[in-house]
Amino acid sequence: MSDKSPASPQTFRLKGVSCAGCVKKIESALGDVPGVDDARVNLGDKTLVVQGSAAAQDCIAAVESAGYGAEEVRASARELREQQREDEQNHYRQLLWRAGIALGLGIPLMAWGLLTGEMGVHNTFQQMAWGSVGLLTLAVLIFCGGHFFTGAWRAFRHHSATMDTLVALGTGTAWLFSMLVVLVPQLLPESARHVYFEASAMIIGLINLGQALEVRARGRTSAAVEKLLQLQDANARVVRDGDEVDIPIEQVQVGDTLRVRPGEKIPVDGSVVEGESLVDESMLTGEPLPVKKASGDALTAGTLNKNGSLLFKAEKVGADTRLSQIIQMVKNAQSSRVPIARLADTISAIFVPSVMIIAVVAALVWYNLGPDPKVAHMLVVLTSVLIIACPCALGLATPMSVMVGVGKGAENGVLVRNGKALQQATGLDTLVVDKTGTLTEGAPKLTDIESDSDTDTLLQQLASLESRSEHPLAEAIVSAAKEKNLSLSEVTGFEAITAHGVSGDVDGKKVLLGNRKLMQREGIDSGRWHKQAESLAEQGRTAMYAAVDGAVAGVIAVADPIRKDAQAAVQRLKKLGLRIEMLTGDNKATAEAVARQLGIDHVHADLLPEDKEKIVADLQKGGAKVGMAGDGINDAPALARADVGFAIGAGTDVAIESADVTLMRSSLHGVADAVELSRATLRNIKQNLFGAFIYNTLGIPIAAGVFYPITGMLLSPVIAGAAMAFSSVTVVSNANRLRFFNPSHNSSADNGGKK
Amino acid sequence: MTSLLINLSGLAAIALTVWWFWLAAKGNKQQSVSVDEKLEIQVKDGVYEPDRIRVSAGEETVLHFRREDASPCAEWVLFPDLEVSAQLGVDQITEVTIPAADAGEYPFHCQMQMYRGTLIVG
Ligand SMILES: [Cu+2]
Repeated sequence: MSDKSPASPQTFRLKGVSCAGCVKKIESALGDVPGVDDARVNLGDKTLVVQGSAAAQDCIAAVESAGYGAEEVRASARELREQQREDEQNHYRQLLWRAGIALGLGIPLMAWGLLTGEMGVHNTFQQMAWGSVGLLTLAVLIFCGGHFFTGAWRAFRHHSATMDTLVALGTGTAWLFSMLVVLVPQLLPESARHVYFEASAMIIGLINLGQALEVRARGRTSAAVEKLLQLQDANARVVRDGDEVDIPIEQVQVGDTLRVRPGEKIPVDGSVVEGESLVDESMLTGEPLPVKKASGDALTAGTLNKNGSLLFKAEKVGADTRLSQIIQMVKNAQSSRVPIARLADTISAIFVPSVMIIAVVAALVWYNLGPDPKVAHMLVVLTSVLIIACPCALGLATPMSVMVGVGKGAENGVLVRNGKALQQATGLDTLVVDKTGTLTEGAPKLTDIESDSDTDTLLQQLASLESRSEHPLAEAIVSAAKEKNLSLSEVTGFEAITAHGVSGDVDGKKVLLGNRKLMQREGIDSGRWHKQAESLAEQGRTAMYAAVDGAVAGVIAVADPIRKDAQAAVQRLKKLGLRIEMLTGDNKATAEAVARQLGIDHVHADLLPEDKEKIVADLQKGGAKVGMAGDGINDAPALARADVGFAIGAGTDVAIESADVTLMRSSLHGVADAVELSRATLRNIKQNLFGAFIYNTLGIPIAAGVFYPITGMLLSPVIAGAAMAFSSVTVVSNANRLRFFNPSHNSSADNGGKK
Repeated sequence: MTSLLINLSGLAAIALTVWWFWLAAKGNKQQSVSVDEKLEIQVKDGVYEPDRIRVSAGEETVLHFRREDASPCAEWVLFPDLEVSAQLGVDQITEVTIPAADAGEYPFHCQMQMYRGTLIVG
């Protein structure tokens, strides 16, 4: 992840190194390579670290000439992930093998027991036969289940007990008892001379199989981060001394000039120096339409250059890019604690020793009070309780769902900061929304121009006049003229009349633009235009009169237009049960006009930034669970005060770090997506916890034999083993169902884009 | 005779379990290891070793985890109270940066909470 310029140390993974002699040979071989300042082999993790400016190829060649193998270690996030996946694959295969071998012994044994019923030891021949089966089972226990025993032992030394403890105790007890039967049957009552080798082998096999299935399902669970990682390209094309060279992305440095051709991904964050192109940013923002980029515009790593060739300067590389930060944030959120998990936490901390005690108590009850054969019953109960009780599923219930849920959010441009925010978002009942930039576009636009004569002529005159003004509304008029390709004229005698408007001479005509007061001051009768202006003002627009040479020529209106999807989003949020309140620093009339159009009932207008926080606090005092949606920096105190702060369209580093939820897209739909997603995730967690609790809380009494009086049968340890193994698989699979979650509104559809 | 023996050993097993996993485990809590550059926390066979790690308060610290267990349980280490987590590569040393924290005890564990340890900030 760090930059690997030739000056920083290079790391190699070594092959075939086994002793101190090898270390010496390799180190001296590298001493002869030019540019190597220092070479050090670590025998422990079989790595070689080289300081100096030597080329990697030379170092590898030197190691090979000494008779060993070496490969360069590049710790980019993607390669790390690839290696992890490989490890996972190996582990999966290993688990399958272990399961196959153990079941290969266990299934025939069980079939034999079921078909012949001869699992007892009553004569020397049976002693010999079962003795050899016992040794075979021991081999299976060591080869296929050895890790349970070593794990249990190490945990035991640390005064802790784990799933391994339960498995080792269960299968170990079954095997030891069976061996006792084989070796000294005369010590036991006739009815208890029964062996349980098949149980040991089957349980080891089933648990390995369960873990194998879990490993596979888990791989799918983390698919979201994988997708993000795949957005990173492995190479970048750097322009050096006029030549374009492909280099590994880890070697790109801040200040490098890079070339991206059409169809290529942007390798690092930067800004355009030359060229023009459309860039598809949907993978990061969820915004379906490509964005036009030209000189000076910012580019984000992982986005796709569509049609033009761009030359750009690298500004952030490696772990500093926005994509890396998003990946990091998703990873952190995926493994953070959700408040609902506390119960499971507490339970699993004391679970295993408790289960051991329960198992012994149940066994003693069966031994003292149970029917014959007492010893056999005692053993079956002891083994079954131990085996069925593994709390793995319980521990997995929340992290698995959060992992999928948070990843799913990232795919939809919703970045959740942690598990707590995810849970709190489910319980919101009020959403306060900052108007400017969230409900509206955030930049005023010319909405209406009405005139008796040609509107373009009037616009041209007004824009020329306003090009001299610094009023924020002036910009809207000027850019409207530019959009129509009207060329502006010289202005003489420009005058800004405070609280009234502006005046000046354009192309020999005296042009006035301002409010009614200005017209009255100049003695111009606004006449029929007055009604027009009133009705525009009622719609929340800022209406102005234009006069040319002493007569009103028309009215124009400027407004901050409502975002295209705001109304649909507000409806959707209401449907989710949220009460929506609007906050704005604008005047009441404008605010209410916007609220009316969007169907928002509660409006707080004329606010100062600090008022926003107070309103959120007041709502909370009234018992509301308040979400706050705003566009970042100036809303920060209110965002922080709210139960869940949604930073909208910000995507700046600060916002990602401070908001509970960051929406990569400037749309209120993101809030609805986030609420829907969090509700779906929490529902999934509850299902998982229920499933896991059912396995453990029902499993234990059943294994202890409470149904014996009714059914006359005990739960076989083999069934207990299967139930335990599949409880985790159930939880992981259920969590995986969340992958198919889709927000109820597909934003790409109404923009005509496709995903 | 046999029945007395079995009952007694059962009760002894319960007593031992209570003592070893709960009482003795609590008494054992004084032993902790301070972090220095060389300290590697091994992740192997269901435990972190060492599992009680002492760091200084108000300072950022880097912990070095070496995972030797391929089982998925060991894949992540989480410090839920500090909102820190890391994915550990098999047979690799993974650096985990712990932000400056107030004095106190912070448990850390794997996803399933099979591996458990305590970070002591003081
Ligand atoms: Cu586990």
